[in-house]
Amino acid sequence: MRYSLTSLLRQTLTGHKGWTPQWRDAAPKAEYDIVIVGGGGHGLATAYYLAKEYGLTNIAVLEKSWIGSGNIGRNTTIIRSNYLLSENISLYELSLKLWEGLEQDFNYNAMVSQRGVLNLYHSDGQRDAYARRSNMMRLNGADSELLDKEGVRKLYPFLNFDAARFPIQGGLLQKRGGTVRHDAVAWGYARGASDRGVDVIQNCEVTGIDIVDGRAVGVQTSRGAIRAKKIGIAVAGSSSRVAAMAGMRLPIESHVLQAFVSEGLKPIIPGVITFGAGHFYISQSDKGGLVFGGDIDGYNSYAQRGNLPVVEDVCEGGMALMPAIGRARMLRNWGGLVDMSMDGSPIIDRTHIDGLYLNAGWCYGGFKATPGSGFVFAHLLARDEPHPAANRLLLDRFRSGHIVDEKGQGAQPNLH
Amino acid sequence: MRIPCPYCGSRDSSEFSYSGDATLTRPTPDNADAMFDYVYLRDNPVGLHREYWYHAAGCHAWLKVTRNVSTHEVIEAVLAHDEAAS
Ligand SMILES: Cc1cc2nc3c(=O)[nH]c(=O)nc-3n(C[C@H](O)[C@H](O)[C@H](O)COP(=O)(O)OP(=O)(O)OC[C@H]3O[C@@H](n4cnc5c(N)ncnc54)[C@H](O)[C@@H]3O)c2cc1C
Ligand SMILES: [Zn+2]
Repeated sequence: MRYSLTSLLRQTLTGHKGWTPQWRDAAPKAEYDIVIVGGGGHGLATAYYLAKEYGLTNIAVLEKSWIGSGNIGRNTTIIRSNYLLSENISLYELSLKLWEGLEQDFNYNAMVSQRGVLNLYHSDGQRDAYARRSNMMRLNGADSELLDKEGVRKLYPFLNFDAARFPIQGGLLQKRGGTVRHDAVAWGYARGASDRGVDVIQNCEVTGIDIVDGRAVGVQTSRGAIRAKKIGIAVAGSSSRVAAMAGMRLPIESHVLQAFVSEGLKPIIPGVITFGAGHFYISQSDKGGLVFGGDIDGYNSYAQRGNLPVVEDVCEGGMALMPAIGRARMLRNWGGLVDMSMDGSPIIDRTHIDGLYLNAGWCYGGFKATPGSGFVFAHLLARDEPHPAANRLLLDRFRSGHIVDEKGQGAQPNLH
Repeated sequence: MRIPCPYCGSRDSSEFSYSGDATLTRPTPDNADAMFDYVYLRDNPVGLHREYWYHAAGCHAWLKVTRNVSTHEVIEAVLAHDEAAS
């Protein structure tokens, strides 16, 4: 069913009794052309674009739990393309452009809101680094603006500008950045894929990958064996575990990242703000809750929950940046498994096993990439060659030395 | 999460900094393949994980900690130095 003003009016007149489920909860068939492992944002987007852009519809998305249960439903919903390296900007800018047209494209309200992302700077060195980043963004076709202190004050007069330790000197603003309702993204892509014939299969955990003569030919699952001509892995924090089923070791560690939401408040924060002197960022959801977070906990974890030191650190950052936040109560917090790669950038590539493809290493920032990631992964699966926007985010870059390390931290995942 | 430092006793994990998998052995520099493995590839297992923690806000010892990464339960911490010597 297409959603429109007419369909809404028609349903209103008939007591909203005619709405149908948004996607088919499919059962697995014995064989598909393409099997996507992982029904998170990236897996569902990949299936959607395979169907829509490449006309391939004999596809299954296998999700071990329910769709939306992973990071796609756990993130803090920020989208942006304010990267430094062209390898990353090209992918994230493609993604931002897709976000801009997404709701019309998949006929679903994902509440894409380009409310602006502001990164604050607090020192001359940091200003210079942001000026450089701003130039790189413009050179690569993204929008950016460098604000001075008064420019920031116009947007956010309530920030702690003259804090003794970290006074605010200005900020890097990307106006096209913003927030998106994350779970609606999963539902919108699932619906769009399902309508085109893709099977979205929940409660179907992949437990093995069948390889014959160096070629991946199918998967073992909790709902039986499924044959496939091509298999795409898009399981975020579980990437190493699924790759291990094919005997692969990845340049990835799994870590936990936490998020926090306050009680609902009247509108106070119109955009997204990140603190430049500590690990803290914040926005306000349309329901009124302050949505905020900080750094990953910093050690290997598969627990999907974090520990208290990070809670304290994040709240301290919040108090330093906007003391008014101390009056709000924190309502809930949670954690998600993030696939921290060795250079902090994603990997979208074939593997050395024919028919097996990998989409991983999204660290704490893969939500914004969802449309772009799905788009380029679909291209890779359909055409067997990397999409131009992602042709330097390949697996062998670690061996060849072409790493994409935004921060220059080296092979230490918890520092990216 | 608390880590039982052999010198300092049970201390909060925020006193330590983390340096990942402690089961890797540094290869000789001329072995490029082994060096690539060592620098970049990880088992990243569920369940028990042997890992390095440095007691930065304490005795400055490097520890090898055995921890369950699925539950955050710390099982054991020994001095990395002692292990290397044995
Ligand atoms: C707290 C938090 C805040 C974040 N904030 C932001 C943000 O503001 N902006 C941003 O850009 N990014 C953010 N991220 C990162 C972003 O959420 C992730 O990078 C992105 O969602 C990962 O891709 P995905 O949606 O496909 O992952 P997921 O939704 O995690 O999808 C992977 C799926 O694979 C399934 N799976 C795993 N193993 C198997 C198996 N064996 N068989 C079948 N299925 C399997 C899982 O159940 C899961 O549903 C945040 C992450 C967290 C945890
Ligand atoms: Zn100690």
